[in-house]
Amino acid sequence: MPFPVSARDSCPSIKNILLLDSEGKRVAVKYYSDDWPSLSAKLAFEKSVFTKTQKTNARTEAEIVMFDGYIVVYKFIQDLHFFVTGGDDENELILATVLQGFFDAVGLLLRNNVDKRTALENLDLILLCLDEIIDGGIILETEASVIAGKVATHGLDGAASLSEQTISQALATAREHLARSLLK
Amino acid sequence: MAQPFVKKDDDLDEEEEYSPFYGIEKGAVLQEARVFHDPQLDARRCSQVITKLLYLLNQGETFTKVEATEVFFAVTKLFQSKDTVLRRMVYLMIKDLSPSADEVIIVTSSLMKDMNSKTDMYRANAIRVLCRITDSTLLTQIERYLKQAIVDKNPVVASAALVSGVHLLQTNSEIVKRWSNEVQEAVQSRAALVQFHALALLHQIRQNDRLAVSKLVTSLTKGSVRSPLAQCLLIRYTSQVIRESSTNTQAGERPFFDYLESCLRHKSEMVVFEAARAITELSGVTSRELTPAITVLQLFLSSSKPVLRFAAIRTLNKIILSSMYGFNEQSRFAKKMVASTHPLAVTNCNIDMESLISDQNRSIATLAITTLLKTGNESSVDRLMKQITNFMSDIADEFKIVVVEAIRSLCLKFPLKYRSMMNFLSNILREEGGFDYKKAIVDSIVILIRDIPDAKEIGLFHLCEFIEDCEFTYLSTQILHFLGNEGPKTSDPSKYIRYIYNRVILENATVRASAVSTLAKFGAMVDSLKPRIFVLLRRCLFDSDDEVRDRATLYLNTLGTDASVGGTDEDVKDFLFGPLDVPLVNLETSLRNYEASDIPFDINLVPKEVKSQPLAEKKAPGKKAIGLGAPPSGPTTVVDAYEKLLSSISEFSSFGKLFKSCSPMELTEPETEYAVNVVKHIFDGHVVFQYNCTNTIPEQLLEKVTVFVDASEAEEFSEVLTKPLRSLPYDSPGQTFVAFEKPEGVPAIGKFSNLLKFVVKEVDPATGEADEEGVEDEYQLEDLEIVAADYMLKVGVSNFKNAWENMDPDNERIDEYGLGVKESLAETVSAVIDIVGMQPCEGTEVVPNNSRSHTCLLSGIFIGNVKVLVRVSFGIDGSKQVAMKLAVRSEDPEISEKIHEIVAEGKSSVKGKWRSGRWIGEMITRSKLVEQLREYQIRSQHKWGALAAFSPKPQMATRRGCLCGSYICFGICLAHTILLCSTLLQTLHDFSGSCIPWNSSSNMP
Repeated sequence: MPFPVSARDSCPSIKNILLLDSEGKRVAVKYYSDDWPSLSAKLAFEKSVFTKTQKTNARTEAEIVMFDGYIVVYKFIQDLHFFVTGGDDENELILATVLQGFFDAVGLLLRNNVDKRTALENLDLILLCLDEIIDGGIILETEASVIAGKVATHGLDGAASLSEQTISQALATAREHLARSLLK
Repeated sequence: MAQPFVKKDDDLDEEEEYSPFYGIEKGAVLQEARVFHDPQLDARRCSQVITKLLYLLNQGETFTKVEATEVFFAVTKLFQSKDTVLRRMVYLMIKDLSPSADEVIIVTSSLMKDMNSKTDMYRANAIRVLCRITDSTLLTQIERYLKQAIVDKNPVVASAALVSGVHLLQTNSEIVKRWSNEVQEAVQSRAALVQFHALALLHQIRQNDRLAVSKLVTSLTKGSVRSPLAQCLLIRYTSQVIRESSTNTQAGERPFFDYLESCLRHKSEMVVFEAARAITELSGVTSRELTPAITVLQLFLSSSKPVLRFAAIRTLNKIILSSMYGFNEQSRFAKKMVASTHPLAVTNCNIDMESLISDQNRSIATLAITTLLKTGNESSVDRLMKQITNFMSDIADEFKIVVVEAIRSLCLKFPLKYRSMMNFLSNILREEGGFDYKKAIVDSIVILIRDIPDAKEIGLFHLCEFIEDCEFTYLSTQILHFLGNEGPKTSDPSKYIRYIYNRVILENATVRASAVSTLAKFGAMVDSLKPRIFVLLRRCLFDSDDEVRDRATLYLNTLGTDASVGGTDEDVKDFLFGPLDVPLVNLETSLRNYEASDIPFDINLVPKEVKSQPLAEKKAPGKKAIGLGAPPSGPTTVVDAYEKLLSSISEFSSFGKLFKSCSPMELTEPETEYAVNVVKHIFDGHVVFQYNCTNTIPEQLLEKVTVFVDASEAEEFSEVLTKPLRSLPYDSPGQTFVAFEKPEGVPAIGKFSNLLKFVVKEVDPATGEADEEGVEDEYQLEDLEIVAADYMLKVGVSNFKNAWENMDPDNERIDEYGLGVKESLAETVSAVIDIVGMQPCEGTEVVPNNSRSHTCLLSGIFIGNVKVLVRVSFGIDGSKQVAMKLAVRSEDPEISEKIHEIVAEGKSSVKGKWRSGRWIGEMITRSKLVEQLREYQIRSQHKWGALAAFSPKPQMATRRGCLCGSYICFGICLAHTILLCSTLLQTLHDFSGSCIPWNSSSNMP
């Protein structure tokens, strides 16, 4: 049951995170607000988000759209569409940071093999990942490597592989930072 | 792995369809969930089943109550397993199942055990799960652990507890408030996100304690806040503190502004943007404060990231919007400041915004267009229109309406550009679109036709073309009615006949009837067309519809050459097309109450007194997109409405033609018992105050409401009559009038104090019945003033240069004024415009940023119908001394002199205080000017500053109040215009539909 978000107006809040496939069907979705009380309302929202963004090219940079009083930032990779929705007075860049965190964390967890099939095969990781990013609309963490780290610690049993994971993780983070600083 | 995740089907030829969950079924998965009960748990298998269950829930599948309970109990068994992956999935599952209170008990102990486990991951997650499903009794049990967790050295655990605290605050605020010491400690945490969560929680715990919030902000803005998110939060709280403190401290530096400004240099874009946004939303932000924020946003505009571009353009657009309606502003002062500074500041970004018009992202492009339309200058209009044309077909109707409205206001601002905008409007009128969109376009064209005389013929022609192929009956009839009023006055009325008669042939009955009326109007107004119109009207006698035939018969008989029915020709026209002298509302009620009998309905029995005045009361604060600096449309149509109202009161009929009605001025504070505003109606030899009163107390009925006006400070005025309001029930506005006589044609000024007097009767809220007995009472209202600007009608001219040259140069009066030190030229310009109350022409009220001199063109009509044109040049020097050269031309040299007097006395009409006392120095009155000029020549220093130094007794005067008033008034006037145009057209149309048949039956044998 989602917690009421309305009273928390001064804290940045996320209304939902959607991961849809290239036909607009759900891969994983998470709603944190009562704005869409029924399943049909949720599906209708997903449909309109999908159709409004379908034709855009959000593969290199995150794109943004505003409609019905919501701001949606989104990014596509392969046959996966990532969306993060906030209220219309939310700081767009905060939403974009959450999206980027989610997007990159999924990339790390799926070892850069991000498509619908891999995502579904590792749905448990995706769901845990969502759980680590947002709690009831409040941002828990936005740093992709940290999110992936929290999710992945559970995926590996032995202590050895744990440290191994940390190293590869550190490498990934370093790569990420390098890439970002080069792009700037 | 016991079983492959995938149920492989044979027909996997379509690789696309492949999914690990292909063909999954709820029933089967619930069966599989039995593995949870196995004594030897297979952890991997179990987590796969949970994933399947979660997948089903995620796809929108629902479990019945029984199923959910069954799964829940099964899942609780899994706490026996030590497997970490499985445990995480169990947590997720419990959260998604959201168990009921009696089920929660089962897992509580397991979760509490996890909360105190050695694994940090368990602790953090167990806290989050437990807090989500807990109730208040359980919460008191675990409160101790939560408090510890908040200050835990592991940031994940601390964050989990803090975030849970934020959620719990909604339901169990009393308990969470006891944690504030721990939360306070967590705010100092070195972990970035712990600080963010702690700050959010602490603020929410203390949000009702202003002092505490202020202290919190004070301490944190000095210290180091680590994460960008926490920084954003702090910015929000800071602007909240600023907002709440600004009402107390009007003068001096804004507290915490330095902090906001320093955030503009933060390394995280998120923080930079949050700060920039906060600054633009400050109430009463000055251009100096705004400039750094706008510079930052300007940089964002050219970013490669769409999100940044969007955020920046949206904020700039909001600045423009709020400058027009004062959306987010709290004080009236604030509105004024915003209005005067923002558009100019945003203008600097015009070039960057223009490149965004072709942005791939449509949201960005639309925002860019609408912002530009509001800030653009005359030279960029053509280019802008061209770009918009390419872009219109791609956007949704709701955006199109915004664009249309923006174009309308732009056109009113730059009347010379009407041709390209009319063309644009007619082009989009031809394209596909819904009713609201089409209506917005038609309304815009109608308004442009009314306000820009040159645009009339071309506009009417476009409308004619539109009705040839218009699917909306409402719009067709509206346009036909409008054509009937405007068409006959054009140079060649005959060319419209074809379009109108085509409607009679091709359209449905409603439109046909309207077309018949329109034809008749042409026939009545244009004698040369009469015979031919009659031929057409006769054809309509064979129409299949009663209404159409009735109308045709009526017109043929009344307008017929023999004039047998009506008296003279004028009488007939007046009867058919003249304004009705009873209010429509009253007529409607009377007609409803009329019972069919032998006695015919008598229109003379309809009461003429207006009970409520919907036009002036229905303010439309949210009414969209009304152009800045486009006021001319306002007054004329509002005046029409007032004129109607006043002419319905017989006592005022002897006063002659109404010259001007000022916009309503509040005489009470908002939210008082009785809300009263006043409208000043100026006649040649009289002034009428119309007090619009609203009683906001449900338990009271007011009777015999009058306003006692003390005119002792207005010597030239003498009261001639008071028209009391008989009764004023709760929440239904009513009017009382007071009329004064004044010397004919003289712009007499004065101050009036007002006292509302009435008899108050108690009303039983249950029955709504009032007591018999009433008590006399009075209520002090604020003073009102008649100022010189009240005698000036804002009327624009489309070509100022021509108008200026056509005016006799002998009537020109030129003088120079030193105005002292001013904040900026822009403020000075609008102050002067307000003082003379004239209409700025050709967009000259906008002063380009940083310019040292500016010329403003003003036009208006002074009482006595004297056209006045003013050219006023301003100059500002390095020390911010402003000087002004005022050249007035009018049809009467005395009036030219008078304008100078008004300007010279302008200071007295402007009341209030300048916030920082910058408006020191004053307008030099003419008499003093002579003296000063002499001295000036002696010193013979041709510096403006010297002149201003002579200003005798520097006086505090203000533009704040009046500027604010003027912008609000612009807004309201425009909102009214739009409302009025549409409502008037509609009521008139409705009325012509309902009234003509009645007319015809009573007049025909």
